[in-house]
Amino acid sequence: MRHLLSAGDLNVDSACLILDTAAQLASVTDRTVKKFPTLRGRTVVNLFFEDSTRTRISFEIAAKRLSADVINFAAKGSSVSKGESLKDTALTLEAMGADAVVIRHGSSGAPHRLATAGWIQGSVVNAGDGTHEHPTQALLDAFTIRHHLRDGTGDLSGVRVAIVGDILHSRVARSNVLLLRTLGAHVTVVAPPTLMPYGVSQWPCAVSYDLDEVLPHVDAVMMLRVQSERMHAAYFPSVNEYSRRYGLNALRMGLLPPHAIVLHPGPMNRGMEISADVADGERAVMVEQVANGVSIRMAVLYLLLGGMTDDGKKEI
Amino acid sequence: MPHETTVIRGVRPYGEDPVDIVVATGVIAEIATAGSGAGRVIEASGLIALPGFVDIHTHLREPGREDAETVETGSRAAALGGFTAVFAMANTSPVADTAGVVEQVWHLGKATGLVDVFPVGAVTVGLGGEQLAELGAMATSAAQVRMFSDDGKCVHDAAIMRRALEYVKAFDGVIAQHAQEPRLTVDAQMNEGVLSGQLGLTGWPGVAEESIIARDVLLAEHVDSRLHVCHVSTAGSVEVIKWAKSRGIKVTAEVTPHHLLLTEDLVASYDPVYKVNPPLRTSADVTALRAALAAGTIDAIATDHAPHPHEDKDCEWAAAAFGMLGLQTAFSIAVLTMINSGLLDWRALADRMSVRPARIGRALGHGHDLKVGAPANICVVDPGASWVVEPATFASKSRNSPYAGMTLPGKVMHVLKAGKPTVECGDLAC
Repeated sequence: MRHLLSAGDLNVDSACLILDTAAQLASVTDRTVKKFPTLRGRTVVNLFFEDSTRTRISFEIAAKRLSADVINFAAKGSSVSKGESLKDTALTLEAMGADAVVIRHGSSGAPHRLATAGWIQGSVVNAGDGTHEHPTQALLDAFTIRHHLRDGTGDLSGVRVAIVGDILHSRVARSNVLLLRTLGAHVTVVAPPTLMPYGVSQWPCAVSYDLDEVLPHVDAVMMLRVQSERMHAAYFPSVNEYSRRYGLNALRMGLLPPHAIVLHPGPMNRGMEISADVADGERAVMVEQVANGVSIRMAVLYLLLGGMTDDGKKEI
Repeated sequence: MPHETTVIRGVRPYGEDPVDIVVATGVIAEIATAGSGAGRVIEASGLIALPGFVDIHTHLREPGREDAETVETGSRAAALGGFTAVFAMANTSPVADTAGVVEQVWHLGKATGLVDVFPVGAVTVGLGGEQLAELGAMATSAAQVRMFSDDGKCVHDAAIMRRALEYVKAFDGVIAQHAQEPRLTVDAQMNEGVLSGQLGLTGWPGVAEESIIARDVLLAEHVDSRLHVCHVSTAGSVEVIKWAKSRGIKVTAEVTPHHLLLTEDLVASYDPVYKVNPPLRTSADVTALRAALAAGTIDAIATDHAPHPHEDKDCEWAAAAFGMLGLQTAFSIAVLTMINSGLLDWRALADRMSVRPARIGRALGHGHDLKVGAPANICVVDPGASWVVEPATFASKSRNSPYAGMTLPGKVMHVLKAGKPTVECGDLAC
């Protein structure tokens, strides 16, 4: 595997390899010296066309713990807004010898284009593209779910997950539906019909408009952030109505089975899709998600640059 | 200098029995027994003669975007594609919304002389959709504009559309509508369907086209005016147009070659060469469009030839321009989709690529049957030839062809415009 562009590119073996590798690497963070020499002399570029401090820092820490040289390239504005074109930026990075480019871009498919247009030779990691995908987020979510519900090993066969919120615009939802399905989980997406993608009935998941009906039957619930721009575009009548119908609050927590966990990719709108007491409650695993994100990104960089064959076997 | 007599020897008009077509003084002087005609001979045995094609939807980009195309380069591409007339869309810079601009384009076409260039006038000032452009001035200018369109933008205001339809009745004009409901297509990138949801690209739903067509045919009926629907792309639009025609509404419609062949699946590559407006649709739509063209519900093939410089396609999807080249591949795509499938015979293809489009645009001197006395606008094609599409060799200034590398059937060999050769043996006549 040379690039990580879509969670759909992973089969169960390659996905589990990433999760297992992340588990091994996670033990490093418990040591005093948190570094591996594995990627010494390799250059990882964080190419961020959108502001995303948390994802960028996560990739940066991951690369640094593997001893890679990290360059943060905050490309403000894309070719859309008269900045340098994606192509010219790519050619520049290529000339500087980037071994891997971690790209966050507002345009769906930009990482795919970067990987396939012949502009660069290095590996491309999709760190979130438009409303398309965010595969490392899905991997860290799967890792977190596996840790809590499957003792941190194997796949996610039989695990029931609800993904709740703005499915239409969510790259996190797309990657999670694909990856969780590959790992054997049963996924239900929950949203008002206006925030469901056209044709969602053909996605490999169940679809519901009723959160209360779904909650008693899941082992994990993933709440998605509702972007403020959606609040003024007639996707739902008001913030209050959305919160009443689709927000996770203490009352709704009572509908969940006792073992169920609550995930959120962050940043949260407290009081909107999730109430503060739920966000701070003991079944919320957001802080773990952040920590696991570093391990997952270490695993991805390690496997892409250190070597992973297409059949999911590690090349050491 | 006496007018030269040209003989197209042994050619099969509409694929029928071989004859000699004798051309003199710009008209078909005689249709004679094969081998009997005298004059300058174009050897054409095995080839098929059709009336020169008429493209009622071309973007020549001049004035304003001469880096993408000019009237001259676009005319060359058109001639090589078998066309003898093209309609140049109004979304230039400045917009062709005055007599001055349409006359400029018309003069540039005359100066090049390879095809007759019929400028299309804008419906509204600056394509702004708010104030009618001086349609009458454009109609009575040297360019004699009869087709008006804000193509690229929809005349979305129902009252403006109604007034435009009414107003052009005074000079036998037609409003060519780019049917796209703007509020349903904000930031739209591709056909709305399961695939757009998966790819995370904002959908362009078929209903945004169909709802405008439905409104416009009703308006055209109400004010008894001529409406032409540009680049029909969905099965639903076909149903609306069929219904309108059954009621006797004066509506005509066109389909592009790319909508007859390509489907949305290509967008999964995120390669902007497949980004076009209206977007590539589903195979069910393609099937319906082919059937509608065969039945005559859709009247014409029109290229929507949309040249763009390399940098406008060599980028991420959302940043890329909409549009595809079409002039030099239209005939072959028509052969591939309509002739080879048995949906159209050669006479019917001539009807959809020459006769009807000429009638829709009131292109005087074009779209005549191949008979004695008709203007000698003639395209001679080799139905058995095939060729590999190499955009680098195109006469167009741009290279954004979605067919690069494909082997296509049918080749344009010779073209006569008003009796004068513009293309000989597949190359421009000099």
